[in-house]
Amino acid sequence: MPLLEVRDVHTYYGNIEALKGVSLTVEKGEIVTLIGGNGAGKTTTLRTICGLLKPRSGTIVLDGKDLARTKAHEIVNLGVAMVPEGRGVFSRLTVAENLDLGAYTRTDRGAIRRDLEMVLRLFPRLKERFRQIAGTLSGGEQQMLATGRALMAHPRLLLMDEPSMGLAPILVESIFDTLREVNREGTTILLVEQNAHMALQIANRGYVLQTGQIALAKSAEELQHDPMVRKVYLGID
Amino acid sequence: MPESALPARTRKRITPYQIAQVVIGLGFLAFVAWRLYEVLVVERTYGPDTWLKFAISGLIIGSVYALITIGYTLVYAILRMINFAHSEVFMVGAFAGFFVFEALKSLPVGTGEHAFIEVYPIPSIILGFVAGIATSMVTGVALERIAYRPLRGAPRLVPLISAVGASIFLQNAAQLMFGPQRRTFVNLPALDRNLGWTLTVGEKPVLITYTGVFTFILAIVLLISLYLIVQRTRLGRAMRAVSENKQTAALMGIDVDGVISRTFAISGVLAGAAGVMWGIHYGQIHAYVGFIPGIKAFTAAVLGGIGNIPGAMLGSMTLGLIESLGPGGLGMDFQLKDVIAFSILVLVLIFRPSGILGEVLSEEKL
Repeated sequence: MPLLEVRDVHTYYGNIEALKGVSLTVEKGEIVTLIGGNGAGKTTTLRTICGLLKPRSGTIVLDGKDLARTKAHEIVNLGVAMVPEGRGVFSRLTVAENLDLGAYTRTDRGAIRRDLEMVLRLFPRLKERFRQIAGTLSGGEQQMLATGRALMAHPRLLLMDEPSMGLAPILVESIFDTLREVNREGTTILLVEQNAHMALQIANRGYVLQTGQIALAKSAEELQHDPMVRKVYLGID
Repeated sequence: MPESALPARTRKRITPYQIAQVVIGLGFLAFVAWRLYEVLVVERTYGPDTWLKFAISGLIIGSVYALITIGYTLVYAILRMINFAHSEVFMVGAFAGFFVFEALKSLPVGTGEHAFIEVYPIPSIILGFVAGIATSMVTGVALERIAYRPLRGAPRLVPLISAVGASIFLQNAAQLMFGPQRRTFVNLPALDRNLGWTLTVGEKPVLITYTGVFTFILAIVLLISLYLIVQRTRLGRAMRAVSENKQTAALMGIDVDGVISRTFAISGVLAGAAGVMWGIHYGQIHAYVGFIPGIKAFTAAVLGGIGNIPGAMLGSMTLGLIESLGPGGLGMDFQLKDVIAFSILVLVLIFRPSGILGEVLSEEKL
């Protein structure tokens, strides 16, 4: 049984149908990427999974529980953490407070402490800036903070929305390296990216989303060689 | 040439509004300077003892305002709305305290010669505060549930109108239930509002009432506790997170509606305490007792920078001092203290809309 199974999900913004029956699965231990152009519904898919949007129909099952009928703030407890688009760090709180909030629902102090050490090891920059106000961090540091904060929830499934957005290529490399490392340590990742090139390099499988529907579902390897993907998303003729 | 075009375009044009600002500002300063000169140098209307009295009463009313102001500022920080019914949350707290004290006054103890309030003066005060705080807390939470929560996501003006409606509703409900007359608070045996310490300043006595000192100290204790709750506790962190971004807060597992409820509860606690203090110190309450302190506290919130907790405290103390020193300093009638307080509101809105400690409110933040 997959860790996450999204089946025939329709999500609306008012009367506009943003997801027209999206189905996808994420197996335990995988990195799955969702690529697609602007407005294809990538972010909407993630926001529907993590509960910020409710689908009008369809099911989202995580380990037997239907997330579509669970409140957003209860979904974290089931093991889903999201790094939102544009990072969404709490800019007036300190780095330490942001990380604490990541573990907001947890009570296992010892394990929280270990996760904090793990996050600070993954992102030594955050350790240097531990007491600093998050709003004073650079874009790359904020992305590290948002990722670290999500890891503080000790998620089984990490949802990442455009981690490369607005970052210098060298920082993108390092964020993706970290994701690979996080995945090696057992966290399953569903990654939304415009930077299909980077995403397909670290992913096991990928889905191509077009105007609210899954257009292609293949292994990352195959997608990298798919003529349509190469032309439209990788920009190679 | 592009080089010369750029500075020309960015050069600031002086607008009529700015001219008006300067005229109003200079006019105001000239007026204040002239009046201060008259009062302090020419006429020497008041001795140091009187100034001290003014200052003390300013600190006391300022500390009561501060408790109410926090309610406006916390709710604003979290919902970006002005809870105009907050003054009624204060009022119901005062009434709850009043009725508890009345009940304890007529509650016989032992042989029936003495009332509870005489035999147990300190527990009586505690009971009065507990009742006031609990009533205001429940009122605040209910207000949010009934009048604001269903409007979440509506344009910002809508809950504001609902707040004004709720305020009028609560005033009238109180008048209907408690009657239109003024009620006089029991003069508590442990805190007689006519007694106090007497200082001698320039050979003249200055009375510092026990109730005044009590009000000031209790307010400071509550304000410090509130500040610690917001800065140091899990709930406080959640409140600050919700204040910044509700959706991201929900992603952290924070129950946003729960935090909003608790914010109203905390605001209610402080307003309820302020209501009972008001009754104990000033003595009289009625269904509309919240209106003036409420709108003054709103002024103080704007003065200090709305949404900013230290700003709320600073703004309240400043406003309290200005309105009690102002009429004397400007040689005006004391009834004009409200005019002075609200002139401050107008001046702040003209010259520094963000308040003393506030950040500039940009649309993007709202």
